[in-house]
Amino acid sequence: MSAEGAALGARLRERDVTAAPAALNLLESSAPADREQAAALLAEVSPAALGGEAPGHVIGVTGPPGAGKSTLLSALLHAWRASERTAAVLAVDPSSRRSGGSLLGDRARIEFDPSDRGTLIRSMAAEQRLGGLARATRVSADALAAAFDVVVIETVGVGQSETDVADVVDTLALVVQPGSGDVLQFLKSGIMETPDVLVVTKADLGQIAMRARRDLSAALRSLGTSSARVIAVSALAPTSGIEELVTALDEHRADLDTAAQRLRARRAGALSDFAIEHGERGLRALGGRRAAEAMLDEQDPALDVPALVAILERRTATGADSHQSA
Amino acid sequence: MSGEDSVRLPEPDRPWMMRTYAGHSTAKASNELYRRNLEKGQTGLSVAFDLPTQTGYDPDDELARGEVGKVGVPVSHRGDMAQLMDGIPLDAMNTSMTINATAAWLLALYIVAAEEQGVAQEKLQGTTQNDIIKEFLARGTYAFPPAPSMRLIADMIAYTVEHVPKWNPINICSYHLQEAGATPVQEIAYAMSNAIAVLDAARERVPADRLEQVFGRISFFVNAGVRFIEEHAKLRAMSILWEELGRERYGVEDPRHLRFRYGVQVNSLGLTEAQPENNVQRIVLEALAVTLGRGARARAIQLPAWNEALGLPRPWDQQWSLRIQQVLAYETDILEYPDIFEGSKVMEALVDELLEGARAEMAVVAEHGGAVEAVPYMKAALVDSHRERLRRIESGEQVVVGQNRFTETEVSPLTADAEGGILVVDPALEAQQIEDVRRWRSERDQAAVDEALAALARAAGDADTQENLMVATIAAARAGATTGEWSRTLREVFGSYHGPTGVGEASAAPADAELSELQGEVSRLQEKLGRRPKILVGKPGLDGHSNGAEQIAVRARDSGMDVVYEGIRLTPKQIASSALQEGVHVIGLSILSGSHRELIPAVIAELHAAGVTVPVVVGGIIPEQDVAALRKAGVAAVYTPKDFDITRIMRDIVALVGASADGGEVGTNGGATANGGASANAGVSANGAA
Repeated sequence: MSAEGAALGARLRERDVTAAPAALNLLESSAPADREQAAALLAEVSPAALGGEAPGHVIGVTGPPGAGKSTLLSALLHAWRASERTAAVLAVDPSSRRSGGSLLGDRARIEFDPSDRGTLIRSMAAEQRLGGLARATRVSADALAAAFDVVVIETVGVGQSETDVADVVDTLALVVQPGSGDVLQFLKSGIMETPDVLVVTKADLGQIAMRARRDLSAALRSLGTSSARVIAVSALAPTSGIEELVTALDEHRADLDTAAQRLRARRAGALSDFAIEHGERGLRALGGRRAAEAMLDEQDPALDVPALVAILERRTATGADSHQSA
Repeated sequence: MSGEDSVRLPEPDRPWMMRTYAGHSTAKASNELYRRNLEKGQTGLSVAFDLPTQTGYDPDDELARGEVGKVGVPVSHRGDMAQLMDGIPLDAMNTSMTINATAAWLLALYIVAAEEQGVAQEKLQGTTQNDIIKEFLARGTYAFPPAPSMRLIADMIAYTVEHVPKWNPINICSYHLQEAGATPVQEIAYAMSNAIAVLDAARERVPADRLEQVFGRISFFVNAGVRFIEEHAKLRAMSILWEELGRERYGVEDPRHLRFRYGVQVNSLGLTEAQPENNVQRIVLEALAVTLGRGARARAIQLPAWNEALGLPRPWDQQWSLRIQQVLAYETDILEYPDIFEGSKVMEALVDELLEGARAEMAVVAEHGGAVEAVPYMKAALVDSHRERLRRIESGEQVVVGQNRFTETEVSPLTADAEGGILVVDPALEAQQIEDVRRWRSERDQAAVDEALAALARAAGDADTQENLMVATIAAARAGATTGEWSRTLREVFGSYHGPTGVGEASAAPADAELSELQGEVSRLQEKLGRRPKILVGKPGLDGHSNGAEQIAVRARDSGMDVVYEGIRLTPKQIASSALQEGVHVIGLSILSGSHRELIPAVIAELHAAGVTVPVVVGGIIPEQDVAALRKAGVAAVYTPKDFDITRIMRDIVALVGASADGGEVGTNGGATANGGASANAGVSANGAA
């Protein structure tokens, strides 16, 4: 029993994708016994255990409802599998939690071969706090990146949540359909994080799609970020632009300092987890958010998120002590 | 004396066309049934196709498993169609085909069958249902994405108006909308909006001077529920709107073309499994809704059988329904008077009320960009209406005699026989059909088929072409192509499609004591599991009637569970793969087509192969005598139409998951979770799919 989390983690590290479903069950659980197992699992896929960053490319795919994300993912999965890359999708559903429950409908919209073990789709409910990416989603992406070649975090929305996703992923792709003026507004006002790749779907709409592409390119230029690529795709048969998109995603990864990006992500994740668990009071005990960030920056870059959170928690205890003695 | 003359019609009206929705097992068996029905005084044919034929698969396709010959007749090629119509002179018959996604193909086969009888296509009379929007909304037997589906419909309209002028190429169906929960206002508004989308698409494909004729050939297929006064008002409202639409939007002037023509199948949704004999009086009253007033009387009627909530009706059950029509037409005086509601203030006010509501709702659909674009909106609205209807029945606000009130009953002699009073299709027939279609393929001129299908692909691939897809389709039918081949050719060009499920948008249930108690149980279960209880809801097989599954999914969410709703048309492999990947705690499957005997054990076998041991529950039209076999196959619980209280079903499911987490026996599945203990992680063994 006690070796279960570690064993699953070791299997993921050995790139055994069949360990993923059971690993995700554990990582999503909040039962104390499971949390311990989950920490053991994550330790097995930490940079320290892997001897470097997890090999998988973590990609955020985000955009407003109806933009064509599921159709796009179907086409992307097809392309990745055709080049023998394994791929996992964490489909984060925004459906409201009025009753606590949620309807996770994305799976039905993404097309893939159910007998193919190299493809995994897991639906996850968004957390109750506004715009947040569930803790389980972040650690799941970390763990899956050890075993899968590509890990996609799919989120819905335009606004706050992208910021959160952008913190976690290597590459952020924003999906819009032609005629989405609101996206331009969000980009300009800075509400929305600038994506690494902008995907304009429904390129079969011709003129309108081309115009959308031009407008978005102009908006990105006006923001001074010319590095983001804008790509028009049609994910419905006959597809177009998919190969170009795959290449653009790969190129972004190739140019990225993955180690630095992931390190930032882990530290931001640890701070966010700590804040959820211990609230503003916990942060104050550490001397504020800035001080906490500084503490995290001093740590060994190979530590995983639970280890970083544990360090902060220890500091709270000692920090509080020193406060009293002062 | 003179008063009497104005009270009665000089001559009684001719009765409407009487049909029975029929077909099962094989083309040969169905042909025999048709001939017997015609001898009994039926005046037209209504062909029920099986689900593989409706969705474009041959009997030997993986997805056809368990469905061949179940809810209708399998027709795979022109040989089947010739046998189906054998000895029935097609120049004298009026045939209605409930066929939609593959309507162009089945019409082509019918045209070729007529050719072989020496009957020219100009003489053919009948209707292809061909209403794809309601398939996306309510019935689920679509095959292609919306845009190419609309092109197929427009091409059929353009073709028939020239070459098969007495054919109704499309029947706009409001029938299935009511089955999916539509209120009368929604039924009117969505049907009319749908007609507008079809006519607008047809306008692009036919010469301008033909539009009036096209308008005149559009007919409707409606529903009638047991609130028969309001239902009659609904039909009067529809005829007013239709005439208005013709005049104002399409410039139609000829009164003959402006007439609202409709056929009807009365309500199946309201038929109960409990005390099923009561369904007979429901059917009679519903028939009155569409016959009482001459001003909005049906052109053709088919009545469901009393035992539809139990399973597939037998020929005798269908005969009973035909006799209801005949008593109404030949014994009563219903056909002797002018419109009996003319001048009725109550009827007029009812019609006005419905018109006002329908116009407002049509405006909303128009704002969404028309019926095709508004499919997700309409679907979500229907799921909401259906939920409200169920809530009223559960609470007792809406009385259903024998089901939620007056439930005391004697044992019914009608269901006393070994089969429980329904038709059971011989499962060996499927193997026979598979063999037959393979023999057909091996004996035909393959080169001719290949060439015809290549031509079809070319015509389909070019959306700007003026080439009508019917021409290539008829050529493929003549060459001997199969239903599956025709559809696959088009799927490859058009792509495949998943309709919206409508459940994501469904609003939350109003709070009530029972539901909040259930929410408490769910959160206690969550404590125990470490994760929020997660349920997979889906429909194996080709049955697209997803209303029940949708309601289960929405209620599970309202009770606090995470719901993976997979929708329709799933293979056993897909379900097993989803259950494993999603880490669900329980699986709910729904089947209404009678294929549960084959498909449920197949799903359970795949789950075992994937190492998933969570409890499986099944809902649908499951005859009592099949329940034991399903339990034996490993199903933890079976729910049938008499289990109308969904909150109670949910409570059952919560208890099942709880017991499963404790490592208790679940059904005969022994569903103890493999990694057991405190973590109780969804019964996916630690070894997962290894």
